Amino acid sequence: MPSVNEATLIEINGLTKKFGRFTAVDNVSFRVAKGEVLGFLGPNGAGKSTTMRMLAGFMIPTAGTARICGHDVQTDGVAARRLLGFLPEGAPTYPEMSVTGFLAFCAKIRGFSGRDLENRIQTAIDRTQLQGVRLQPVETLSKGFKRRVGLAQALLHDPPVLVLDEPTDGLDPNQKFEVRKLIREMAPDKAIVISTHILEEVDAVCTRAIIIAGGRVVADATPAELERRHPSGKLDDVFRQLTLPGQKSKDAA
Amino acid sequence: MRAISIIAGRELAAYFATPVATVFIVIFLVLQGSMTFNLGNFFDRGQADLSPFFTFIPWVFLLLVPAITMRLWAEERRQGTIELLLTLPITQGQAVVGKFLAAWAFCAIALALTFPFIITVNMLGEPDNGVIAAGYLGALLVAGAFLAIGSAASAVTRNQVIAFVLAVALCFVFAVASYPLVTEFLSRNTPILAEVARRIAVLDRYQAFTRGIISARDLVFFATFIGFFLFLNTVLVDQRKTD
Repeated sequence: MPSVNEATLIEINGLTKKFGRFTAVDNVSFRVAKGEVLGFLGPNGAGKSTTMRMLAGFMIPTAGTARICGHDVQTDGVAARRLLGFLPEGAPTYPEMSVTGFLAFCAKIRGFSGRDLENRIQTAIDRTQLQGVRLQPVETLSKGFKRRVGLAQALLHDPPVLVLDEPTDGLDPNQKFEVRKLIREMAPDKAIVISTHILEEVDAVCTRAIIIAGGRVVADATPAELERRHPSGKLDDVFRQLTLPGQKSKDAA
Repeated sequence: MRAISIIAGRELAAYFATPVATVFIVIFLVLQGSMTFNLGNFFDRGQADLSPFFTFIPWVFLLLVPAITMRLWAEERRQGTIELLLTLPITQGQAVVGKFLAAWAFCAIALALTFPFIITVNMLGEPDNGVIAAGYLGALLVAGAFLAIGSAASAVTRNQVIAFVLAVALCFVFAVASYPLVTEFLSRNTPILAEVARRIAVLDRYQAFTRGIISARDLVFFATFIGFFLFLNTVLVDQRKTD
């Protein structure tokens, strides 16, 4: 066994997921250390959400392992999930519950009670700016608010590992700014993985980016390194070059 | 235990957060009442007992219990909240049991609201309240058996209508498994299965309770029956959660 750096909080080894004959995720391996914000990029259907679902222990991998703070998400799932804050794709929440009711449910499941519970909910609401809607049923909220309720749920227990599937999707530019600021603030103490379609977000918050296409990792570098891979120096062009086979020759023609 | 009770509490509150609870309870009471009074000749029989009430209650449950359970897992999958629920630090078994207990508690509330029947027979005569209590216990166990079937059926699909129809059909099969219709057919073809069918029939077991007999064998039967379907439910959730 190679010695694992103590600060490695997420460890994925050879993760593979097949649906029938279709391989959605193909032998993906990476590690994320404390203090890193990993941007997970790729076209739709590249396997981003599938990888995150396997990392969260929701989807069972066909092969490979995922560990959170040393706990295997399949064999030691409850311990792994205790240390994980997960925002699933689409930020699902129970529509009939109020914002505080929903957060209280998640906090109780995570073992908080009494004054501690109240404080945790209050902190999560403050951090995601949900003060104005705290007593509203989630189903009456706009898309941006729903997303932030999902985010609040993931932050509630101040976990060392955050896995956020498109945390800024559906937010307006001001809200995006706030969420990015929040992610940067939390970054030093945590290992954070975010998936996104917005490439500017990578520059704004990520210390490292992984580009995945067709289920495989095609790039794993810092945003600055990635940008140098295309003459234009733009992440958009690098992304196109890596994820669209044959694009290079078309650009040249 | 703590996780189970928190999930059960949330689930039970969800029934009452929507009109589902009110509609269900009102229809249950109207249906059960009209069957007992009209089809069961509650007054004309001239006997101070609840036997017409207990005759019809499994059939009312057969129709209405799947309406309680159909949303349990199908709804979670349709809304995507299953991904949230199962990535909380709980086991799938805890989620299954918590949801089942919420549905059972809800049935118990509906059943408890039939208390005017008990008051009525006690005012009109001197019934054996021990038999009535045993009957209520039996009814609750039948509800539990049907709920366990319905909950497992709900884990098969994200479509609530399919979950409902599947649950009604399965509950019906297990309810009438000992009826001549089923056993004669089976004994002609596979005699061993006919014997099995006689033993797993939910209504046969229930009959003893309505006569005031609570036997350990029947209690073990219901516990095993519910346990089996909850286990099946857990397996189904695990297999199909990401579909």
